[in-house]
Amino acid sequence: MVLDGAMGTMIQRHNLTEDDFRNDQLKDHPHQLKGNNDLLSVTRPDIIKDIHRAYFEAGADIAETNTFGSTSVAQADYHLEFLVYEINYQAAKIAKEVADEFTKKEPQKPRFVAGSMGPTTKLSSMSPDVNNPGYRAITFDQLAAAFKEQARGLIDGGVDMLLVETITDTLNAKAALFAIQELFEERGIELPIMVSGTITDASGRILSGQTAEAFLISVSHVPMLSIGLNCALGANALRPYLQVLNEQAPFFVSAHPNAGLPNEFGQYDQGPEEMGQQIEEFLKEGLVNIIGGCCGTTPEHIKVIAELAKKYSPRQTLVLQ
Amino acid sequence: MTMQLSGLEAAIITQESNFVNIGERTNVTGSAKFLRLIKEGLFEQALEVALDQVRGGAQVIDVNMDEGMLDSQDAMIRFLNLMASEPEIARVPVMIDSSKWEVIEAGLKCIQGKGIVNSISLKGGEEEFVRQAKLVRRYGAAAVVMAFDEQGQADTYERRINICARAYKILVEKVKFPPSDIIFDPNIFPVATGIDEHRNYAVDFFNATRWIKENLPGAHVSGGVSNVSFSFRGNQLVREAMHSAFLYHAIKNGMDMGIVNPTMLEVYDEIPKELLERVEDVLLNRREDATERLLDFAETVKGAAKKKEVDDSWRKGTVQERITHSLVKGIIDFIEADTEEARQMFAKPLEVIEGPLMTGMNVVGDLFGAGKMFLPQVVKSARVMKKAVAYLTPYLEEEKKRSGATAEPAAKILLATVKGDVHDIGKNIVGVVLACNNYEVVDLGVMVPSEKILEVARKEKVDIIGLSGLITPSLDEMVHVAKEMQHEKMNIPLLIGGATTSRIHTAVKIDPAYEGPVTYVLDASRSVPVVTELISKNSRESFKVKTKKEYASLREEHSRKQEVKELIPLLEARSNKVAIDWEQSSFTKPQFLGRKELVDYPLGEIREYIDWTPFFQTWMLYGRYPGILTDSKVGAEATKLFNDAQRMLDKIVKDKSLKANGVLAFYPAASTEDDSVLLFENDDWKEVLDQFHFLRQQNKKAKGLPNFCLSDFICPKSVAKKDYIGIFAVTAGIGLEALSSRYKADHDDYSDIMCKALADRLAEAFAELLHEKVRKEFWGYDVSEKLSNEELITEKYKGIRPAPGYPACPEHTEKGTIFKLLEGNKVGIELTESFAMYPGASVSGYYFSHPDSRYFGLGKISKDQIQDYARRKEMSVEQVEKWLSPNLSYTT
Repeated sequence: MVLDGAMGTMIQRHNLTEDDFRNDQLKDHPHQLKGNNDLLSVTRPDIIKDIHRAYFEAGADIAETNTFGSTSVAQADYHLEFLVYEINYQAAKIAKEVADEFTKKEPQKPRFVAGSMGPTTKLSSMSPDVNNPGYRAITFDQLAAAFKEQARGLIDGGVDMLLVETITDTLNAKAALFAIQELFEERGIELPIMVSGTITDASGRILSGQTAEAFLISVSHVPMLSIGLNCALGANALRPYLQVLNEQAPFFVSAHPNAGLPNEFGQYDQGPEEMGQQIEEFLKEGLVNIIGGCCGTTPEHIKVIAELAKKYSPRQTLVLQ
Repeated sequence: MTMQLSGLEAAIITQESNFVNIGERTNVTGSAKFLRLIKEGLFEQALEVALDQVRGGAQVIDVNMDEGMLDSQDAMIRFLNLMASEPEIARVPVMIDSSKWEVIEAGLKCIQGKGIVNSISLKGGEEEFVRQAKLVRRYGAAAVVMAFDEQGQADTYERRINICARAYKILVEKVKFPPSDIIFDPNIFPVATGIDEHRNYAVDFFNATRWIKENLPGAHVSGGVSNVSFSFRGNQLVREAMHSAFLYHAIKNGMDMGIVNPTMLEVYDEIPKELLERVEDVLLNRREDATERLLDFAETVKGAAKKKEVDDSWRKGTVQERITHSLVKGIIDFIEADTEEARQMFAKPLEVIEGPLMTGMNVVGDLFGAGKMFLPQVVKSARVMKKAVAYLTPYLEEEKKRSGATAEPAAKILLATVKGDVHDIGKNIVGVVLACNNYEVVDLGVMVPSEKILEVARKEKVDIIGLSGLITPSLDEMVHVAKEMQHEKMNIPLLIGGATTSRIHTAVKIDPAYEGPVTYVLDASRSVPVVTELISKNSRESFKVKTKKEYASLREEHSRKQEVKELIPLLEARSNKVAIDWEQSSFTKPQFLGRKELVDYPLGEIREYIDWTPFFQTWMLYGRYPGILTDSKVGAEATKLFNDAQRMLDKIVKDKSLKANGVLAFYPAASTEDDSVLLFENDDWKEVLDQFHFLRQQNKKAKGLPNFCLSDFICPKSVAKKDYIGIFAVTAGIGLEALSSRYKADHDDYSDIMCKALADRLAEAFAELLHEKVRKEFWGYDVSEKLSNEELITEKYKGIRPAPGYPACPEHTEKGTIFKLLEGNKVGIELTESFAMYPGASVSGYYFSHPDSRYFGLGKISKDQIQDYARRKEMSVEQVEKWLSPNLSYTT
């Protein structure tokens, strides 16, 4: 399966102004809204839908909703906590519309929507204050409440699955997963859950200090569709940690790396071909079941990846002992 | 079934894992000190208790805040959050221990890893039990389930197993709880209380444990061990004996984890016999008067227990005293704070190094020199020193920028393992010891070509060059470096060290090649005095003259000895070969012919075969294992080192940071009349595949003693019997570089040297293990063999596995043939240009099966054999002379 690429990179191509981030309801909002890309699902759904289309056309099977920062915790930066449900609901709805469009056209290749749930802007197992290591900027309960609200909007908007991603703190992810399971139980439903962590550097650990293996164990109580890694590193650098997941995970394994590392201007300049070569390495080795792109990737990247994915068979999933 | 837990790292507990030790000191109900710290709000200090436990080997940390006067929930949250901020502690999983569900739930919301809840039970009825179990699962934790139900705590065998069975069924069927995440606590109660109903408590626990392991698949068993000895409070000796005897029996019955204070545990084998008998009488309920007898005995030994109070009064000393103490004891915890304190007292950061830190290191150096400190301790001291210097580095840089001045540099010493050689443990030890004595060490690592050595020596203006090597070809390389130094007209001292080097070789071969001072250094402890003499302006010249003179006389003596050595001609030696009655010999065909790979062989199995004696030698602690552990002089240090080694081994085995690969092969074989062995393609002994060339002793033998050659142990072609030969190569060094560089990055030389020493031991152990498998199985010529590890080490088995480069076959290039046939590179072992194996932690050799085959040393050989060997090997005489230089009876 092929996941889509970056949303932010594509939005940047549109030179948007403050007006694009406002609608009637928000015209008098006293704070700046430009840069709150998640909001565009509500104010400029046409742009977001075009981006989803571009990725599906490039060969993606799964589109991620434009909701990476759509929790009350992250939206607090824009004082938009009250709009969180709406943003998630709309984002899910428009993504699903585009997916259905494509599924109708090509019934042999159904398209899916994954509700993207980012890490929020706060960590629950690390202190932001070096002089007070026991301090926490946010609690498990606050996170669980925020994630539950987000998941509710995404599910109501029609997503096919949920993607808890770019995990920098496993406790945040556990709160998200706790909230999701609680919601499933309340609603009597169950959707596939994808979980994707972020190894921040060559130490091989996520920001909160866990190794890939410890991370896997810490979230394995959830019946996941897939576990994987995304962001922070390019495809090459991700490979050793994917090998760990490949060897140990009784779930599907996913990867959506960045287009290399950012240059000194914060831009990603790894081209589709180069990224493709690196990704081909782990397709060859059969390390992953789901592959896509994160920061800096574009439909051109996804096209190359989708072509490559066709050539290789996916990873063999482990049977739990 | 496997239980997977995690802190910052994974902790995987399998059926094969050893007993899992759960640290109990961070428990307000169990530790008065911890309770006091928490009550007084001294959480930072309380954190030290947790740190101590992790360092003491606890694999899981139990945290309990259940105390009437405490806000348990708040204390639990605060402490868990603090623990998360200390990576060394957060590495291991947490056990959240409380009788209050709210406290447990609050704790679950603080841990990012997968921990254990201690505990839930049927005490409050099934509904509550299910609710809690579901939540435990949703938070992603494992659970201890107490044998407790609506009627109370189970105190008989039947009640224990009935409650556990009921709880298991509910958890697995109703809650879908994974069986491997269930840990039963079937209640450890005090025995020897004088109450009759309590007599069988321990026996009931053992039996219940066995029943659980047999009937509730996947579930684990745990318990709080110190409870059992509650009646003997105040009598540590008896309590410690009871704990270990209890554990001994509980583990035998299947208990796989437990809350234990490792400092309150005697070694089972070391419990005095009389005490052990009485303790076991009580535990196993073997006699009517068991309790009385133990009480009587207890009276006689009251208070004799080993006291292990941590004495931290040294923290009250002056900065200098504290720094010295940390350096001597290798304590890393306070060094940064103390260094900072010292820094504020001095005008320049450099003065901290030159002042208090060097004063402390001088004490270390003196103690080491006086034999009052041992190498492992010195290496730990170095680690502390490095940490302090690393702390000061930014200040030093700043100071440099500000003043523009550079400090008077310490003497610089360049160290390198020469080209073609990969062995560096000894060199690293020398580096550490020198660094401890205020020398700046420039370590170029392994396989360093002479150009590089000379280039760096010039560029860095080093004061001394030290060369190291372990394999024989390195001797020549050292001569080469000496010649190059002469060529460059250098004059700095050259030090020679390493396992194959010797005073005589240095005197005969290296010293004449270089006019500057050349000195052989026996071991790391000798390096400091030698370097000191060579650096000091006062002694430098006299030391050089003295050494040059000494070496000259050694050379003279050597050449005199040469002449008296009586060797016999090669042909005569060949006619005195080992007489084996081949007609009466039996031959076994190996299970397979050609090669077989063993990839990623379980290290847990290999470690059982380790011969520890050489391990202690590496650390310059001399004595045979296990006796060395109780040696009156080095015993304490050896034990500490051994424990550290075991701990690191556990970790290596668990996280698979090292990988062991091997490859072996068997071929139909026949010996030739000129000391070679032919290998055949097939077992029709027709098509020759390749050949091995061996060398024969040429010294004059007493009557009845043969002139040995390895080819003697293979049936001659002329006899036409079906004989075979085997070859092998094993390594335990895959992953070592990564592991070592991690420790180096952390300035942790001790662990760096340790992991290399362990890799070497594992490789040897793997060779031993594989040889046994060959004898019993792969070749199978001695299926009935039954030997203990002791007997294996003393080589009591049939057949031998000599290695090229060692006394029976000292010529290294034969490894080329072995590796060509084995395709060693396929399992990750390669040969350098000097025919050293890479990774260094590797062993290779031949297998000979004949019961008469034995190890021997080749000794000196004469030119006729060199010429014959050159012909057989198709090498020039000069090349052969180079490879066999230590064995030549003549000078070239």
